[in-house]
Parts: sequence; C-alpha cells; structure tokens
Amino acid sequence: MTERLIADIDARLGNGGRLGDDDFLLLAQQAGLYDLAFLADAVRRRLHPERLVTYVIDRNINYTDICISACKFCAFFKAPEDKGGYLLSFDELGRKIEETKALGGTQILLQGGLHPDLPLEYYEEMLRFIKACGIHAHGFSPPEVWHFSQLSGLPVRQVLQRLIAAGLDSIPGGGAEILCDRVRQATAPRKCSADQWLEVMEEAHHQGLRTTATMMFGHIETMAERLEHLRRLRQLQDRTGGFTAFIPWPFQPDNTVLAGVEKTTAMGYLRMLALSRLYLDNFANIQASWVTQGPKVAQLSLFFGANDFGSTMIEENVVAAAGVSFRLTEEEIRRLVADAGFTPRQRRMDYSLV
Amino acid sequence: MKKYIEQAGFGPILEKVEAGRRLSLDDGLQLYRSHDILALGYLADIVRARLNGDRAYFIYNQHINYSNICTNLCKFCAFGKEKGADKAYEMTVEEVRQKVRDRLDEPITEIHVVGGIHPDLPFSYYLEMLRGIREVRPDVHIQAFTCVEIAHLAGLAGKTIGETLDVLKEAGLGSMPGGGAEVFSPRIRQLTCDRKLSGDDWLEIAKTAHRHGLRTNATMLYGHIETIEERLEHLAALRQAQDETGGFLAFIPLAFHPQNTALAGLSRTTGIDDLKNIAVARLFLDNFPHIKAYWVMIGPKLAQIALSFGADDMDGTVKEEVITHMAGADTDQAIGSTTLVRLIREAGRVPVERDTLYNVIRVHGTKE
Repeated sequence: MTERLIADIDARLGNGGRLGDDDFLLLAQQAGLYDLAFLADAVRRRLHPERLVTYVIDRNINYTDICISACKFCAFFKAPEDKGGYLLSFDELGRKIEETKALGGTQILLQGGLHPDLPLEYYEEMLRFIKACGIHAHGFSPPEVWHFSQLSGLPVRQVLQRLIAAGLDSIPGGGAEILCDRVRQATAPRKCSADQWLEVMEEAHHQGLRTTATMMFGHIETMAERLEHLRRLRQLQDRTGGFTAFIPWPFQPDNTVLAGVEKTTAMGYLRMLALSRLYLDNFANIQASWVTQGPKVAQLSLFFGANDFGSTMIEENVVAAAGVSFRLTEEEIRRLVADAGFTPRQRRMDYSLV
Repeated sequence: MKKYIEQAGFGPILEKVEAGRRLSLDDGLQLYRSHDILALGYLADIVRARLNGDRAYFIYNQHINYSNICTNLCKFCAFGKEKGADKAYEMTVEEVRQKVRDRLDEPITEIHVVGGIHPDLPFSYYLEMLRGIREVRPDVHIQAFTCVEIAHLAGLAGKTIGETLDVLKEAGLGSMPGGGAEVFSPRIRQLTCDRKLSGDDWLEIAKTAHRHGLRTNATMLYGHIETIEERLEHLAALRQAQDETGGFLAFIPLAFHPQNTALAGLSRTTGIDDLKNIAVARLFLDNFPHIKAYWVMIGPKLAQIALSFGADDMDGTVKEEVITHMAGADTDQAIGSTTLVRLIREAGRVPVERDTLYNVIRVHGTKE
C-alpha cells in the first residue's frame, strides 16, 4: 500500500474526516501492520491526549448457564434438557457482590443464558436484590432483553422500563457477535437478529441507559461482514451517542461446535483492533481483550487503538469454558499500563474516574 | 511514517539505520528508555527486512535436558537442583538414546542438549551421549552444551577448551546453543550466579568454538535485576566478539521467569519489555544474521508479533521443554509445525523450515 494513500487517510482523519467503507476494506486487505498501528495510535492520541489508560473493577456474574439459544460458538451453555445446568440463588449472588465490593469493585456485569421459563418478575426481583446490595448493575445483553420480551409478550420498550425501574443501570454489549443476519443464521439462529439487537440498544439509549458494544470475530464471517457490523454500530452511535465503548475479541473455538475453526492469531487481533479504532470515530473508548489475548498482547494493544484495559474480571466463566484462562489482578493491570508509558486509572461503567 | 519516527525523537537513529551505520551505546539507551514501542519496532523492522527479507524461520527440533543436577545453583534458575534433592534427575546414556529413539518417526533435524554442571558425571559420559545420539539418529544435527558446560567438561577432560571442543566434535557435536551468557556484567554475576563462568570466559569460549569450526548462538537473560546500561554492555560485548569471529548465528533474548527461583519476588517481564529487547537487539547487533523470538519464553502470540519487531526466527517445535516450565512458564511444551507455519504466514512472512545452520529445508508457499 502506498505511503501516499496512508498519508491521505491520516490527514483526513486528523481533520475530523471519516474512514469510508472503501478505505476500510483497502486497509484491511493491504495495509502493513505499522500503517494500521500508526494510524490507530494517532486517533487514540487525539481522543485521549492525557495518556490515561482506564480499567474497571468488576465481576462477571452469570446467573444461569441454561440457554435455549445453543449458539455454535459457545462453550458455556447447557441446553434445558441437559442435566447439570445451574441457576444461582440470591444468596450466592449476594455473596459474590460482597466479595466484589471488598475488592474495591464498582459494578457487576450480569449476564446469563436465555432461560426457558423464568418470568420477567424474576429478573426484576434479582435487580432489586442487587441494588439493595448497593452496586452498579451492568446487566442483560440485548439477546436477554429480547428474550424477556418474547416470553412476557411485552414490547422491548416496556421490558426496559420495568428493568430500569427495578434498578438496571446500564447494558453490556454482549450477544452482538457479528451484526449480520447471514452469520447469525448460520451460527446462532435462535438468537435475536442484528436489527433486534440494535433496536434494544437504541431503545435503551432513548431511555437514558449507557451501553457498550462488542464484536466476536474470526469464525465464519467475511471482512465485509465485519465492516457491516461496524457500520451499523457507527450509524446507531451517530443517532444516539449512547455507546460508551467498543470491545472486539476473537472467537475462542475450543469446546464449541465450531472447534475446527482456526483461532485468530495475535496479528489478526491487533489488525482488527486498529481497524475498529479507525472506523468507529464516534466511540470514545476501545477496550483491550486481555481475557482472550493474555497480558502481553493486551499491553501491546494500547498502541493499536485501545485506551482501556477492560475489567479485572474477578470472575469469568464464558471464555474460560472455551479453554482460555488468563488471570490478572488489579495490581498487574496497573503495572502493565504503567510499563507501557500510561497512567492507570480505575473508572466506572460510564468512564468517570474513581 | 517518518513523521511518527521523528515525533518519537528517533530521527537521527532512523538516518543511521537507513544508511546502515552502527548504533552507539547512547542510541541504545535512548531506544530502551523510549515508551514509543511502535517507532522502535518500525526501526528494527527495517533492519530485519534488509537482512532476512520476507522469510521467517523455524526448525523441527527436540530438546533433551540430560540432568538438572547442578553445582552452580544460580538465583534466577528454577531448573538446577543439588544432587540428592527432591526432583533432581539425571539420565543414563541409554535413557538419552531412548528419548531419541522414541521420536525417530518425526522429521527432527536438530537435537538440542543442555544440562546442569553435574558434580560427578565423567567426561566419558558426555562423549558417549553424543556418540549414542549420533548412532541412533546419524543424520541429526546435535546442538549441545553451553559455554558454561564446555568450561566444566574441559576441566573434567584435563584439556584446553580448544582440545576439548575438538574431541566433542569428533564425538558428534555440531554446534553450541547460546545459554549461560545471562548478563555479562560482573556485578550481576556476583549477585545472581557467583559460581558460574565469568562473562569474559563465556565470550572467550564462544570465540574459541568459532575458531574451531563450531557455530554458536548467544543469549541474554533480561528482566531480573540488570540495568539497561548492563544490557547494552552485554550487547556491545557480543557485537565486538562477532566482529572478531563472525561465528554467531542467532541472538536470543531470554525473558526471566521468576517463579520457583530465588528471585521469585520479582515480576514477570511484560510484552513491551520482551519486544523492546528483541527490537534493540536487532538494531544494535548489526552483525548478527538472526534474532530469535523464543516462543517458549514469551508465548506464541507475542512471538508472532515479534516477527514485526526485529525477529526473523521462532525457534522450533520443541518438545518436553523443562527449564522455563520449572520457572512457571504457562506456554505449551510443544507447538506443531503446522501452527508455526500458520503463525508465520499470518505475520506476513514466508515460513521457512531451516536446519541448525540456517540451510533451507523447505519453503512453505502461501498455501499448503
């Protein structure tokens, strides 16, 4: 790729211009690693000149692994007819929250399988219980909200109103996978569609909730489909501004139906991270995925567009089920960030500093 | 691109790199002190591309660590054990032969043999081990014995270093690995490995080996208590020795792993540390043909990225790696050649399977 083209894109982005779809595909196909890195790092510097790298202290609580969706890329779920699925009691939930608070945690990330028969009232009660413990509830990804709507027969708008009334503070961006229905049909046909995922997020933003967005790439999707995913997120963010961060990570194939798929390498991850930083100009924050990449590559991702180290994840179950189990303490995260030349700062879900 | 290099303050170094001029110690210090890992990597990548083009190498090899019994007991080592200690072991020559026999069906081209400084194995053991390996697998290249072991073996044999090397060569020794260099600084050796061969003696043995027709590698164990000045003095000494003999094939920066060592309180190296050491080495050691990213130490993910930060070699398939794993390495003990080929290809390089001396065994095209 010519130096000239890269310089043009660099200048355009520096003047507040946008990366076009053609630019994206050209960069994805032809740009060298350093082309992408220097471009993405320049964007990160413009957006975050203060050289802070943030992280959140929280815990993933997966209230159940029983799920009717049976996505082919998932190693975590148990089908309802399987024995051995679990549903956490409120006692266990309370204990996990107390442990989180004791470690300086500010929120819990609450997600679970699409349980076949728990009523909406159950989730409302769960939220009231969590709020009584005094912690930010970052919970229920769009597929869960859509599922609650289907089960209850209530529109998404009303489901969200009730969840917010019960204490829901924000929504995690999970279940986005690839926002393209060809990919969803082939890998997760029972999960909400791309339109439905976006509809839940748009409604949540309208009701004043901040949310994140994710992308799980590196399975059966094409580069054009990754672009479609980013385009739809950028369009929605233009309308609402409700997304706080984008979190891309590569599919982890072990123990899934798609176990034969070749795992995305660190190179593939860093390239995609940089491309995301370039395309999603209206997203303030991009998270590194140490959970899938390990501490070394996650640290390096701070030079490929990431400005946030994600969460300490006192507990993580879903990626671990796919055979990947990196662990990091808050102290280690702070050391990695400082060693890369940045100042580590604990943040909350909305990226305000603690 | 130049803009970013200049922003990082590396403009003058870029000029030197582009002109193929040698970097000074001060240049090296500036590179180590910088937080701009992209600019540093970009410079190193220029040198890598000039020396090795599109190619990145790997080898199909087997590691045999014949004994961990060691009288040196260096503070950074989790492998060495006193004789009689729990977990101390030594293989008989027959056991070594069996290890080789066990894998005769694999396309192994190199057997890599290193061990501790054993208090009472006789010189004949080492000769028999070499002969035994050669007997079981006559076509394999034996890369064996660090300079530290060679000094010990010369003592056992009652011969000079040169004479000892000649006898070992006769028995099957093909080349020597680069271990035991640690950090040459007398201060560091006094504090961490006071019973080990000095840095000067290490260099002298390596140069003697070169003069006796043996190629060797060189290493540096970084990330414990050494300063960046001490790292650069180490690199400068290697560069000087290489100017004299030209016998070094590859430089391999080794990331210190603290677990189960006497320095267990120290932190592990970070990804930035690892890439810096590879990149600075590539820039500073202008007379070394190859820089190796040893995936056992830094993990396959970072080793793949290191191919864009100065490294041109991912080492080998390595099975039964013991030394780093006793110090808590959480990497696999073996990686298939298919995986290595794929990692290299996705890094944008042409995977080349090599033998020990970097002769090409097979160039893997863009598709199998």
